[in-house]
Amino acid sequence: MQGTELCARDPDVLRGGLRQQIPLLALGIAAAGVYFAALLTLDISPSRIISGLGRLADIAILMLPPNPESWARVLLYLGALGQTLAIAFLGTLLGAIFGCPFGFLAARNVVANRMIHFFSRRSLDTVRSVDTLIWALIWINVVGLGPFAGALAIMSSDLGAYGKLFSEAIEAADRKPVDGVLSAGGSRLHAIRFGMLPQVLPVFASQVLYFFESNTRSATIIGIVGAGGIGLQLFEQIRVLEWQQVSFLILMVLITVAAIDWTSQRLRSAIIGQRP
Amino acid sequence: MTRLVSLPPAAQLAPLIGNYNDAVTAKRRHLLLGLVAIAIALLVSAVGAEVQPVTLWNKIGNFTSYFDRLLKLDTGARVWTDPLEWFWGLARWSRLLGETLLIAYVATITGAIGAFVAAAPASRNLMRHAPVRAAVRRCLEFCRTVPDIVFALIFVAAFGLGALPGILAVAIHTTGTLGKLFTEVVENIDMGPVEGVASTGGSWLAQVRFAVTPQVLSNLVSYALLRFEINVRGSTVIGFVGAGGIGQDLIVAIRKFYYSDVSAMLLMIIVTVMTIDIISARLRHRLLAMENH
Repeated sequence: MQGTELCARDPDVLRGGLRQQIPLLALGIAAAGVYFAALLTLDISPSRIISGLGRLADIAILMLPPNPESWARVLLYLGALGQTLAIAFLGTLLGAIFGCPFGFLAARNVVANRMIHFFSRRSLDTVRSVDTLIWALIWINVVGLGPFAGALAIMSSDLGAYGKLFSEAIEAADRKPVDGVLSAGGSRLHAIRFGMLPQVLPVFASQVLYFFESNTRSATIIGIVGAGGIGLQLFEQIRVLEWQQVSFLILMVLITVAAIDWTSQRLRSAIIGQRP
Repeated sequence: MTRLVSLPPAAQLAPLIGNYNDAVTAKRRHLLLGLVAIAIALLVSAVGAEVQPVTLWNKIGNFTSYFDRLLKLDTGARVWTDPLEWFWGLARWSRLLGETLLIAYVATITGAIGAFVAAAPASRNLMRHAPVRAAVRRCLEFCRTVPDIVFALIFVAAFGLGALPGILAVAIHTTGTLGKLFTEVVENIDMGPVEGVASTGGSWLAQVRFAVTPQVLSNLVSYALLRFEINVRGSTVIGFVGAGGIGQDLIVAIRKFYYSDVSAMLLMIIVTVMTIDIISARLRHRLLAMENH
């Protein structure tokens, strides 16, 4: 039987799909309309893109091969890279330590008070919506330029995210071990120590490791506003158009991030157990 | 309190207690070693990051007083006593914030399209040639490992100041991150429909269009929405390096200590980001509901 005959025989079954698709189609057209309107508003023309791509190709050629020029520079960059890692580690750990109490405050099954719950959630959201670089600028005003401001910035922007994730882990914890400890005559503290902590600690630890990965990336750019690390060097070299140095620095960042990702994935699967 | 549990005789109990104590000591030793390792790493990184607890202690007052100054107008009055004076640049800032949103929007859509195109050749079940798969995957990895602001710095040198380098930078980073997620979604599809299309003689493109896309679309849109939230946050700072949006004015205001301007812009950013988070979370829940029925 031909398609048209089928349509004529069962119009409800075969044409019904089309009617359902109309709102979806309208949504797609609207999205595309906004997209092109945005391109017009932001003054983006094909000619600009093409001429820019030409210059980008020139830059890419200038970048090759990556060349730090002297060993003194390599040492300088390695030092900056170490500083970046130190910023990331310190920020992650401080954020986790200070984020813990907020996690418990924002968890529905620990603090039953709706007001406290609501306000801790909203303030965590507020902290989270400010980007790490903005936090870095604020902390530079407090402790001055340097990597310390960077570590504090990473700590602050992580606090919000940790609070949210920790509270979700606590809310998802199984109630039964807690009840078990309580029914065996344990106190409320015992219930948290032996019933709750063993459940949530591995989840916390795996999240902290995951944040260390993502913070290494943030810490590489935090130097752009003057908060230490390899970003400072990267920014300087781009400013003076030393493209071979730039590509060397980017290469260093890529290798470090890949190494950290690999290690942290290993550790995470060791902590939380291999997923099927 | 009377004991209800009946304990075995002491002779039987002693080895059990001994085993238990051994196990606990071993565990404690591991924990202690881990803590010592963390403490050493902490010390090393504290030296590396030039931590000065004394400075922090002495200057922590700056932190509170900074926020105090943020909430004061030039006249010394509190900002909320004169909202007109506080938000004197509302028109300009709204335009810039709108630009930020547009940058995030255009970059998310462009990046999502790129990721969609890359996802099929990067997934194990649709691309049989391992070298092609590996090449696409390495490309995506590169795109997501280089931070978007580094791309923005380089693109500003190539394309000049403005929104264009910002869009391209965020779009490339989005392609990298979404490409990985999309690939995972595509690898988890039901292969039945794909075989069905293939058995009727459909080409590879027809398989992707009619067997893969309908299965994954709502999931992909949900991921793209999540990425849009993140990109809005990222686009607020992309202007720091001259790539358009509210970041341009924000960094000038912070650097030049225009306190009330900083607080006004931060407030606008926070409200916008939160609103978009809420709307997008709603949309994603509806998409997931569509998926499940």
